[in-house]
Amino acid sequence: MQLTQLYRHMARSRAVELAVEKLWNEGLVSGEMHLGTGEEAVAAGVVTHMSEGDGLALTHRCTPALVVRGVALVPLFRELLGRSDGLCGGRGGHMHLMAKEQLAAASGIVGASLPLGAGFALAAKRLRRGAIGVSFVGDGALNQGMALETLNLAAAWSLPHLVVCIDNGWAITTPAGSVTAGDLRGRARAFGWHAEQVDGTDVVEVHRVAGVLVDRARKGHGPTFLHANCPRLDGHFLGDPLLRQVHNPTGAEVKQTLSDVLGGATTAGGAGLLSRAGSMLSMGGVMAKARLDASRDGAGDPMQIVRRALAQHGEERDRIDGEVKCEVTAAVAAALGEGGGHG
Amino acid sequence: MVERSLGRAIDQAIGDAMARDETVVLIGEDITLLRAALFARYGAERVLTAPISEGAFVGAAAGAAMAGLRPIVELFMVDFIAVAFDAVLNHVAKLPGFSGGRWTCPLLIRAPCGAWYGDGGQHGQALWGTLAAIPGLTVVVPSTPADAYALTTTALAHDGPVILLEPKLLSEEWLEMLGRGGRDSVQFDVPPDGSRGPVADPPAEVAFGSAVVRREGTDVTICSVAVGVHRALEAAAALASDGVSCEVIDLRSLRPLDEATVVRSVRKTGRLLVVDEDYREFGLSGELAARTLEAGLAPRFARVCVEDTLPYARALEEAALPNTARIRTAVQALAQVPV
Repeated sequence: MQLTQLYRHMARSRAVELAVEKLWNEGLVSGEMHLGTGEEAVAAGVVTHMSEGDGLALTHRCTPALVVRGVALVPLFRELLGRSDGLCGGRGGHMHLMAKEQLAAASGIVGASLPLGAGFALAAKRLRRGAIGVSFVGDGALNQGMALETLNLAAAWSLPHLVVCIDNGWAITTPAGSVTAGDLRGRARAFGWHAEQVDGTDVVEVHRVAGVLVDRARKGHGPTFLHANCPRLDGHFLGDPLLRQVHNPTGAEVKQTLSDVLGGATTAGGAGLLSRAGSMLSMGGVMAKARLDASRDGAGDPMQIVRRALAQHGEERDRIDGEVKCEVTAAVAAALGEGGGHG
Repeated sequence: MVERSLGRAIDQAIGDAMARDETVVLIGEDITLLRAALFARYGAERVLTAPISEGAFVGAAAGAAMAGLRPIVELFMVDFIAVAFDAVLNHVAKLPGFSGGRWTCPLLIRAPCGAWYGDGGQHGQALWGTLAAIPGLTVVVPSTPADAYALTTTALAHDGPVILLEPKLLSEEWLEMLGRGGRDSVQFDVPPDGSRGPVADPPAEVAFGSAVVRREGTDVTICSVAVGVHRALEAAAALASDGVSCEVIDLRSLRPLDEATVVRSVRKTGRLLVVDEDYREFGLSGELAARTLEAGLAPRFARVCVEDTLPYARALEEAALPNTARIRTAVQALAQVPV
């Protein structure tokens, strides 16, 4: 697959996420909206290998993979808007997007995409030889029992299962490293999985390695694990309190947090001074990590990386940008159009 | 008398208990961010950040509670208790039975619950009926900051496991984080008396299994918990001008249940409406019907509950929840049935 084709998928995915952010800011999308900005290279590099009959099990951060998989944009936007003509009649919402036509399902329960993808793989093995189940999962989710159990189950049953671990270094708003023991590829290998690591911001590399792993799974060589590192550009969800404080260090929220923390640290009764100081240092460290990650359009943003890689093809890149912008703008306008309300 | 939000009232009760009792520890995902003041005060030895592993940390907290600690486990939402349900159903709840009453497990599980802000059917459930159905557990649901403080304090002095449900619509901090996210472009119908209120100094005590009559009346008894109490009070005020007098009972504690207060009221009114944000079938509403029957009463009965998976769309969600209009309609119908 040519880089420009992968770029188009990434550009569509990013444009959709930015449009969703705008709708959320306008109050038209409710609840916890988890953007997948930063994951575009992984979504494009992996999902472009999928074919009809393959199942796709997703997380609360599910829109990039669905967009690359070809779910129509207007019903997707309408679902997030809670309209009766949305992908799920406005009843599922952004954490529970169900696209039966593409055999793609999302869940807001952390870790649930692993057993679900294994089930897709089991059905594929029995009913559609050569087809596979693909699970996307975060690094934080690999501490869930059901995820670890699936590492055993899928290997014991030699399922055609590809698990893509999108490692953004966070478990909600806790640095994942502080609550994770060992290394993730080592876990998969301990259960007999074939595991590879890849730079999740390099779409060419993701696409190449994912191709090898998908091929293995299709040929019946058992489950495979792809560990892809990439940034989380927009926090755990839109309105993430950590990011709001990073972006607005003089705002009311920072003052409230400081007042809470200083209030707690100076209240009589409790831990000794050293321990209290340790707490404050640790909280400062989390803020610093959030500040580092939250640089959209910075050097680690996969969109910037791929755009640089396409510098020689500037004209075509710009043409794709223009077409994607038109497509997504038109889809949002159509989604906001007449009908489909819920009174 | 200090004015507090419901969530901060629970935090205060936890902080006070941690000062009194060195064995109290706080465990949860993102806990250092969510409870920053407690983390700053008590340090990493007593405020433990957990991985996203509910099965492990709820189970481990149960073990720690059996072995001398008094852990408070915070779940991000009660929906996620499903991931840790084995620990709750088969271990925590069974210990007194299995040990012939010789061993108990002083574990407090704090879990935000409920909907009203459009987060979909996997993140807005009430689930108190499911939990209160299990012998061996105590399940409490405050609807005001004062009760939140009192019930948390009672829980932290109790020998057995307690599940404290914190209604997200009434909890400013949760609603801001999960619903509003810093936006002015979204609105929520927050009952003001539920989300902020006075916590007396010294705070009032509330025993488990003690309901409170929030409004006295003579025609219809309305029983509820959490947001439903406030919706019922709003409906009752409107119904008064229609000439229907409602008595509104805030159950506060579902297991144990204050049957005496319910029976006393229903004996007076002859009519019972249960307003329940949890599922209709096999839950609180059926339980209250059974309790009144068992007490020898045969009240005219109706219920306003959640009947299906909660939809994501705000308008659909509002319609599916026990909103004021549904309560009013149900009371009007019930009041017309002769006793």
